[in-house]
Amino acid sequence: MSDTLAKPKTYLGVPVHRPKVAFFELSSCEGCQLQLLNNEATLLDFLSLMEVVRFREGMTGGTDDYEIAFVEGSVTRQDEVERLKKIRETAKVLVAFGSCACFGGVNQLKNRFSMDQVRKEVYGDHPIDTDVARPLESVVPVDLRIYGCPVKKEEVEKIVTRLALGSEVFYPRYPVCMECKANGNICLFELGEPCLGPITRAGCDSWCPSNRAGCWGCRGPADDMNITQMVSIMEKYGFSRETIVDRLECFGGFSAHIETFRDAVDIREKVQKT
Amino acid sequence: MKVTCNIDVHHLTRVEGHGNIKISIKEGRLEQATWEVVETPRFFEALLVGKKWDNAPWICGRICGICSIGHTLASIRAIENAFGMVPSEQTRKLRILLKHMETLQSHVLHLYFLSAPDFLDVGSVFPLINSHPDVVKMAARLKLLANDICDCVGGRRLHPTRTVVGGFTMLPEKAELEKFRSRLLDAIKDLLATAEIFKTFSLPDFVRETEFVSLKGDNDYPFIGGDLVSTDGVVRKEDEYLQMTNEYLVAQSTSKWSKLSRGSFAVGALARVNNNFAFLDPAAREVAISFGLKPVTHNPYMNNIAQLVESVHVVMESVALIDDLLGSPWVAPRQPVTPRQGIGVGAVEVPRGILYHCYEFDGTGHIVKCDCVIPTSQNHANIQHDLAALAGKFAAEGMQDRKLELLAEMLVRSYDPCISCSVH
Repeated sequence: MSDTLAKPKTYLGVPVHRPKVAFFELSSCEGCQLQLLNNEATLLDFLSLMEVVRFREGMTGGTDDYEIAFVEGSVTRQDEVERLKKIRETAKVLVAFGSCACFGGVNQLKNRFSMDQVRKEVYGDHPIDTDVARPLESVVPVDLRIYGCPVKKEEVEKIVTRLALGSEVFYPRYPVCMECKANGNICLFELGEPCLGPITRAGCDSWCPSNRAGCWGCRGPADDMNITQMVSIMEKYGFSRETIVDRLECFGGFSAHIETFRDAVDIREKVQKT
Repeated sequence: MKVTCNIDVHHLTRVEGHGNIKISIKEGRLEQATWEVVETPRFFEALLVGKKWDNAPWICGRICGICSIGHTLASIRAIENAFGMVPSEQTRKLRILLKHMETLQSHVLHLYFLSAPDFLDVGSVFPLINSHPDVVKMAARLKLLANDICDCVGGRRLHPTRTVVGGFTMLPEKAELEKFRSRLLDAIKDLLATAEIFKTFSLPDFVRETEFVSLKGDNDYPFIGGDLVSTDGVVRKEDEYLQMTNEYLVAQSTSKWSKLSRGSFAVGALARVNNNFAFLDPAAREVAISFGLKPVTHNPYMNNIAQLVESVHVVMESVALIDDLLGSPWVAPRQPVTPRQGIGVGAVEVPRGILYHCYEFDGTGHIVKCDCVIPTSQNHANIQHDLAALAGKFAAEGMQDRKLELLAEMLVRSYDPCISCSVH
């Protein structure tokens, strides 16, 4: 489809391979894919880097001959397991695209309840098929992750450029806090705003804190993080354990770390029982 | 010749989410025409139970990747109504400006990227980059402007960061707003040029009498809160929304369906134009009239034109809003929040139609019950009825399957459905 866009691209005088790319979505809002169309200023340059062969939300037709698959969303039903396995068989590189694909995203908040409870809450006795929300890697191996809810389009472009050029993709090891300081923001703790900037992986250029909204950890844990220390600092600033856990569990990135902090948060269970 | 054909569109393209069209015609007689929604539910209404109020706008915005701003604002309005809060005039204006720019970016996305390829007989916008470069650049320019203003006012174009219960975490720079003012005036020219392009497209000739539901304007073309109205004469208060939506479950869809006075009703740009035509900005009204769009228009394909008309309206009104905002000094961006027990409803006109969020809170501000009624879920039954009528009419006229398939796809696309949103 985008063949007509093909103008030979070169890098240091060497022709660059234009990979065939496909986009897929499981349980999600499809917002991460739309972030690409939302990048009006550089969209055309970006499209010249790759050949989009499947993008259901934006194009009719397409082929299953692709090298890189971007998969958005989490797995919440058996047919999605099958679809994902098929994509994995075809793609040389499978990219978990956005927080739902990387960690389960906001969808995994339903895992706080039994599936019978969530079904009944929304559909009553009407039969409806659903399973616990899982990240892609719980079903198939994932080659690359692009974090964020939503993904940051500048970061996507950087990563895709590296993929196209065949160079290594790396992520910042440090937390959002570093970017926030570099951006000259007043620490949100001082403004009374809870924030997971100290433990969340950077790369978003402190998107939320720079807008005076505390970080909710959508990009998951930084390589070098001290979650226990952060919780105790937040408690010193007067944030409740519930507020801290709300943020830690929101996107699923910290699910391996939060059980120890959860004990004080029985209010949910209380509400649930009433 | 009497037509016999089977049309089976699995995962319709150029719409948000997953839906299928199935039509079967035997010797010119329609045997089946079905609009199936197979999207996986994400259970937002269940996963919010037990969460504190401040989680709701942040999480509910994630219901939709196109109209996240609308969901966030509906969520905020429901919470503010439950807690008895009234937003400041400044907050009200900033929210409408933000809302308008989401409407513009969404309508432009639909008109140019999702809808126009059908009229130009291509599969996507991509080939148009070479064949119609100026048009694609114009679309990108309009979308970029809308998104830039969303970034400036809401902090982020998708899943906004600054929008909170009580107002905004921070305010835009006035110098920035000033710059946007002149870009908005240029956008009017682009939209009028868009109108000329759409005049060269021939919309399918199909009419089915339909009930249209939207917010009810009193003095202006409404987008956030107020009474609810239908073209069949039903009027209800915002907190009586359940009497407008009447949701029920069907086997062919993981999304709920709705009905009111008839078997189905429609929401969206066409519903708003049909109900609130008198309150359109004169420039927008002129565009409507030039397309023969006036109340009550029953051709669902005209929703495309209604979106174009609304694009002109929101740009004109945004210029006036910016003038207002620039003309008065900033006041505090955010009010304090005191949670209380109660139920709150927020009705907001998002690009695809009227959206309701409703939460019940306990005395500590925790969510006991949550209900979100999505525009596209209200449209599904109407799409089904349209599809059956369309297939029946054209099958009888002997239309060939390839052409009928395209018309059926274009019909569903006219509603600009947001399917994953409708299932949520």
